[in-house]
Amino acid sequence: MNNAIRHHLTDDLLMAYAAGTLPEAFDLMVATHLSLCDHCRAQAESFEAVGGHVLEDQGDSVEMSQDSLAATMALIAKGAPAPKPKPPSCSVLPAPLRDYVGGDVNSIRWKPIGMGVKQAILPTTKEATARLLFIPAGAAVPDHGHKGMELTMVLQGAFSDEVDHFARGDVEIADEDLEHTPVADMSEDCICLAVTDAPLKFNSLIPRLVQPFLRI
Amino acid sequence: MNGKNTNGAARCPWVDHVKRIREAQDQAAFAELFQHFAPRVKAFLIRSGSDAALAEECAQEVMATLWHKAHLFDPSRATVTTWVFTIARNKRIDALRKQRRPEPEELTWGPEAEPEQADVVAMQQETAQLRTALLDLPEAQRELIVKAYFGDLSHREIASQTGLPLGTIKSRIRLALDRLRHAMN
Repeated sequence: MNNAIRHHLTDDLLMAYAAGTLPEAFDLMVATHLSLCDHCRAQAESFEAVGGHVLEDQGDSVEMSQDSLAATMALIAKGAPAPKPKPPSCSVLPAPLRDYVGGDVNSIRWKPIGMGVKQAILPTTKEATARLLFIPAGAAVPDHGHKGMELTMVLQGAFSDEVDHFARGDVEIADEDLEHTPVADMSEDCICLAVTDAPLKFNSLIPRLVQPFLRI
Repeated sequence: MNGKNTNGAARCPWVDHVKRIREAQDQAAFAELFQHFAPRVKAFLIRSGSDAALAEECAQEVMATLWHKAHLFDPSRATVTTWVFTIARNKRIDALRKQRRPEPEELTWGPEAEPEQADVVAMQQETAQLRTALLDLPEAQRELIVKAYFGDLSHREIASQTGLPLGTIKSRIRLALDRLRHAMN
């Protein structure tokens, strides 16, 4: 747990996560942030209480079929699904991310995208993209703007841009209006989770040319 | 027997039922929970776009999950209704949207660290107050909230809904999380 998180998720994202209506890549971002941030976790669970109210008071009820309870007891008798193994407590990647990577940081299959920066795209549904970014200590990600919404959360190290300084657990929320050049702190290589609902647009020529092939 | 017939149960509907399932595999308690929640879960899934046959099957699976996960339910952090909602929601994502559902790292009580009864009652009271506040909202706003939970609004359209009165319930959940963190360390 990190009590020093200063940049949180927005209420609309937390509510949509509680409602279960976000694209998978955004669910992954929210679940990863909540693993590190009890402030947002409490807010998300409050929105789940609103969901309980919707289920209890705002929906109808539809009669179950006659043998329904017996069928459910038979289902129960088949036994519970195997519980997930408890994750190691000291790792860079919180549990939801480890599920997608298949392990911790050393299991990430990085692909270089130039100037020492590497990325690994995670398998999610196509409405939005989730990827891990590796930025060497002191290096910059090319100046870029955004077509849709992009969320970037720090997992290791830290970065700064025109907006602020971001450390482990902090989320930067960027939209069409933000053009920025994130620079990793000198002290440590920076690893981030980035999620976007549209391709990034780079402002320098070469990144823009290679962008379609890199899926960034 | 409807979960509301004794004083403690009136303040904490269904909590005792889940406890009886967890500790004694009590099928009578389960049958009562089933009677109350399964038809609501089925309606929730149909409203979310499922046909009746799939909704029936999924509602049964949701109730079976409730049985199997009874030991994970923490009544100082949520009511049974809220918990059933989260299981139904996850089933909707899995069966209707065919999508994985990443969940945050689990925080669990140690074997000897049962929540205090006072914390359980406080959680129920906060939730009851939230329910009253939501029922007092103007009809149009309540309809928007319902739409948001059935996926009929994008998350950007939801933004206008987030002035919901969640301050006190959030503080209560935050206390429960702090206790868990403390118990884990």
